[in-house]
Amino acid sequence: MKLVVAIVRPEKANDVLEALYRAEVRGVSMSRVQGHGGELERVETYRGTTVKMGLAEKVRFEIAVSDDFVQPTIDALCEGARTGEVGDGKIFVLPLDRAVRIRTGETDHGAVTPVKE
Amino acid sequence: MPLATTPGIDTGDTAWMLVATALVLMMTPALGLFYAGLVRSKNTLNTFMMCVAAIAVAMVTWALVGYSLAFDGTGSLIGGLGHVGLHGVGFAPRAGTQIPQLVFMAFQATFCIITTALVSGAVVERMRFGPFLVFAALWSVLVYAVLAHWGFGGGWLAANGTLDFAGGVPVEMASGFSALAAALVVGTRKDYGRQALLPHNAMYVLLGAGLLWFGWFGFNGGSGFSTGSPSVLAFTNTLLTPACSLVTWFALDLIRGRKVTAIGAATAIVVGCVLITPAGGYISPGWAMALGFFGALPCYAMILWRPRTRVDETLDVLAAHGVAGFTGILFIGFFAETAWNGVSNGLLYGNAAQLGDQALAALAGPAYAFAMTFVLLKALGALMPLRATEHEEAVGMDVVQHGEEAYVTGEGAVLVMPADGEDLAVPVADPA
Repeated sequence: MKLVVAIVRPEKANDVLEALYRAEVRGVSMSRVQGHGGELERVETYRGTTVKMGLAEKVRFEIAVSDDFVQPTIDALCEGARTGEVGDGKIFVLPLDRAVRIRTGETDHGAVTPVKE
Repeated sequence: MPLATTPGIDTGDTAWMLVATALVLMMTPALGLFYAGLVRSKNTLNTFMMCVAAIAVAMVTWALVGYSLAFDGTGSLIGGLGHVGLHGVGFAPRAGTQIPQLVFMAFQATFCIITTALVSGAVVERMRFGPFLVFAALWSVLVYAVLAHWGFGGGWLAANGTLDFAGGVPVEMASGFSALAAALVVGTRKDYGRQALLPHNAMYVLLGAGLLWFGWFGFNGGSGFSTGSPSVLAFTNTLLTPACSLVTWFALDLIRGRKVTAIGAATAIVVGCVLITPAGGYISPGWAMALGFFGALPCYAMILWRPRTRVDETLDVLAAHGVAGFTGILFIGFFAETAWNGVSNGLLYGNAAQLGDQALAALAGPAYAFAMTFVLLKALGALMPLRATEHEEAVGMDVVQHGEEAYVTGEGAVLVMPADGEDLAVPVADPA
């Protein structure tokens, strides 16, 4: 059981969601973050004030998956988020001690397996 | 010389036209709000700036040549060059009015500006800003000034007897059908039809629509160039028709989705104002209400149908302005009433010929606007790329075209003290 964290470009977020859906990864959280990963900085000017924007808008996905799903999730994230330019983002895979589905009290593997309806 | 003593000037008329001119100018930033709310947040500034650009560019072209081509002389297809550079435009009354020609020119300038701005709705979120400036300059002369001459300036449509109170042909149909041509030439946004591209701020849309309606009282109410009965009628009809369009829109929304939508309501206000634009001073208040109730139907249908096509006419200028303007122009042919307008009857009151004149305008205006815009943008596209690259489109036009963001937080921003000779237009690599 792993927690997959991915930081991607906001404009690729929809492509990532599509790719995850196709890979049958259904449980996803997503948040907007500001980040910097070595890409070119944007220079913006507001009246007389010129600034380098060190942080770029990014989107962070958090996906808890059972071990079998780790590789398909990573593949889907890469497929959806890749443009080939610097700034495409990173994927981090973290060990996950416990998971609980609040509605049913199911734990661990049961909790991160999509509900079949 | 005090204006009151200039022969042939009515001070009351002049006072109203000064106010009306300011009201119509306000409609362009109002349109900027309306449009900016309808696009994604990363394109907010660029969308609004296209409207600001229309003020800059179209005002200049209007003063240089547009006004002259539209309003000098009664040539059949195009006016003369007698007023180039505002030559001879002064305090003496404009023929057929009791206001100084200077005010007349300013009032008409604001029409040219808003119409040019309207067309931008077809190409937002992808057209580059530079080419848009060139397009706006050429369009305001080659399309707007020509059609303004046909409809307002004594050209062949006006001479032929077509009734167009405040611009069904040069403003509404011209912008609507030009927008269609522009969308076809510039092409769809890269994500169009693949992703949901949603309005980012419905409040801007509502606020913009409200301010547009407010400004439209100057637009329609000023198009009689006086404080006389045509202006009074058009002013009041500008209140009645959009209210009725709103009612129809509510009903259609309820039938279709069981909910009345806010962005739908904002659209209905614009549609209602457009519907009454050509007809304002020619039909009774009763028929103006009918126009609002029934004229909204084809526009609603068009707005539902268009997104299912491959035509990314992004902000539905064709539906809200082209179709509504077409409907309003034809409506005059049926329901114009001499008792109210003192000019002509429509089919219902025994004058079938009026419908013929209106139908001619409803075909000729759109045909010219569409064809000319299509050719103009094709030619422009051969000289410079009209649209941003896919990557730039993904990043958003605000950062790419203007180097600013609408909703900047300032987090992570590093102040730059520009050294001499450093080109800040080029992104700099992180030194680490």
